[in-house]
Amino acid sequence: MNGTTEQELRSIELFLYREARYADEHDYDAWEALWTDDALYWVPADEDANDPRTQVSVIYDNRNRISTRLKQLRTGKRYSQSPPSNLRRLLTNIEVLGVDKGDTVVGANFFVAESRERGTQFWAGRVTYHLRIVDGEFRMSYKKVKLVDSDRALPTMAFLI
Amino acid sequence: MSATTSRAGRTTAGIDYSKLIQPDRVHGSLYTDPAIFAEELERIWYQGWVYVGHTSEVPEPGDYVRKSIGPQDLVMTRDKDGQVHLLLNRCAHRGNLVCEDARGNSNSFRCPYHGWTYRNNGQLLGYPYNQGYGGKGKLDLAMGSVPRVESYRGFVFGSFAHDGPSLAEHLGPAAGEIDRLAALSPEGEIELNAGWLKHRTRANWKLLAENETDGYHPQFVHGSIFSVTGSPIGALYSDKSTAVTRNLGHGHSENDLRPEFRNFAEPMRWFGTTESRVPEYVAAMRAAYGDDAERILIEGAPHVMIFPNLFIAEIQVFVIQPIAVNECIQHATAVQLRGAPELNKRMVSQSIGSVGPAGMLLADDTEMYERNQHGVEQLRPEWLDLSRGMKRERVDERGLTIGTATDETGMRGFWSNYKQLMEEGR
Repeated sequence: MNGTTEQELRSIELFLYREARYADEHDYDAWEALWTDDALYWVPADEDANDPRTQVSVIYDNRNRISTRLKQLRTGKRYSQSPPSNLRRLLTNIEVLGVDKGDTVVGANFFVAESRERGTQFWAGRVTYHLRIVDGEFRMSYKKVKLVDSDRALPTMAFLI
Repeated sequence: MSATTSRAGRTTAGIDYSKLIQPDRVHGSLYTDPAIFAEELERIWYQGWVYVGHTSEVPEPGDYVRKSIGPQDLVMTRDKDGQVHLLLNRCAHRGNLVCEDARGNSNSFRCPYHGWTYRNNGQLLGYPYNQGYGGKGKLDLAMGSVPRVESYRGFVFGSFAHDGPSLAEHLGPAAGEIDRLAALSPEGEIELNAGWLKHRTRANWKLLAENETDGYHPQFVHGSIFSVTGSPIGALYSDKSTAVTRNLGHGHSENDLRPEFRNFAEPMRWFGTTESRVPEYVAAMRAAYGDDAERILIEGAPHVMIFPNLFIAEIQVFVIQPIAVNECIQHATAVQLRGAPELNKRMVSQSIGSVGPAGMLLADDTEMYERNQHGVEQLRPEWLDLSRGMKRERVDERGLTIGTATDETGMRGFWSNYKQLMEEGR
């Protein structure tokens, strides 16, 4: 598939599983270190909202705003994540889809169980990553999370999806 | 709720709102009793003026967009003559859903069940196999519609009552706050065309309406983001702030932040920036408004809650949609100012950061709404206190009651109007 070897695919999968584990376990420092300086973390709101500069999104964070979001979480007074949600996610159907400006484009499906005082909430959708090797290690330059129900009313989603 | 309940305000004759709503406190059952929610739908949502949408969402003839009044599913349309209609999304034949798309452009709607078609003003156009009804045009049926539709500066409101106070009477001095928002556009017009975030909230709608002009909570609920970003917003709602909370009548209220911004007298401070960062916008405003531009650019945008469901929070518009006694949806978008592309991009970006399910402000407000709902479902102490600042209220030059930045003047105005609506004609 696009000349990706089994070994390369395996190393990509291991990176994605690590990213998922850091997010599930609220390891904000480790998660933040996975991003490149030109990072973009995007959760679109609606099928029709293609341009995040003119249409609102659930999340549209550049590197600076990722940092702000994590700083807020680290205060311990981000009440929508204090106490933090109990999270576990499954990542499946991982495929290398191509190359974009030198970054490897990877697609996957995900399913997250979130438990907190409010109750248990399930989140599912499609995630697209752009990965880059920096100093011999994978980094993420882009993560787009398309929820299956993004056109409906969503409950609070203050954890790292 | 069982007939043997002994909670305050419930008698065999019905709900006694004068017992549940007192000047300095309200009863917890107002947020939890399904019977009260049912009465609110009849007396507030299906009677009075309710905000529905903005004309900029249906700019062209044939445009339509799905909207709501509480649990009612509406289609807001613009007909060929430019008139805006609010149609109930239900076929006159068997009650099927007529319009399943969120938005689009069409001069007619066709019910998929038996093929009945309607003009976009709700009129029945036709039905297949018409001999079953004796031919064409034999049925005096139409889609349901909201009988009174009025707009103010593009903000479209609907009322299910055939007559009653006009929209202008309902808005009263709150109309001036919409004017203030529009004045921030060099063309004097705003648009709501940046899409909507829909945030499901397990709380009674009134907890949201009350919170919108509660100047007491920001330093606590939003302390995390204020501390991280060094935001000056917190200071606007401090004990030393010169901002005021104003009861605008008819349940409307505002946090008037202008006294603070006038003290600084810096254009664009209200937007957290300086004029050098948005030179094109400031130039367009000075060209449009002349000497008055300075005042507009210093005073900034309103922070106003328009009863029962429209909240203008400076650069965002929120619509509160009640679904059940303990559930509602917050719809939020970024205000867009006509003739201000430089500012519009920033307003979209700031809104994404602040509001919606992951917003760095609204996720925490919503957490509080849901914890609050959990709290009011506990039996004791039964009441919620509303007395903050009661003894230091004043009347301003317009005869409106004002409190300090952190006083519950807005909530008391909300409840006084609510009580009147729930008791009217009993």
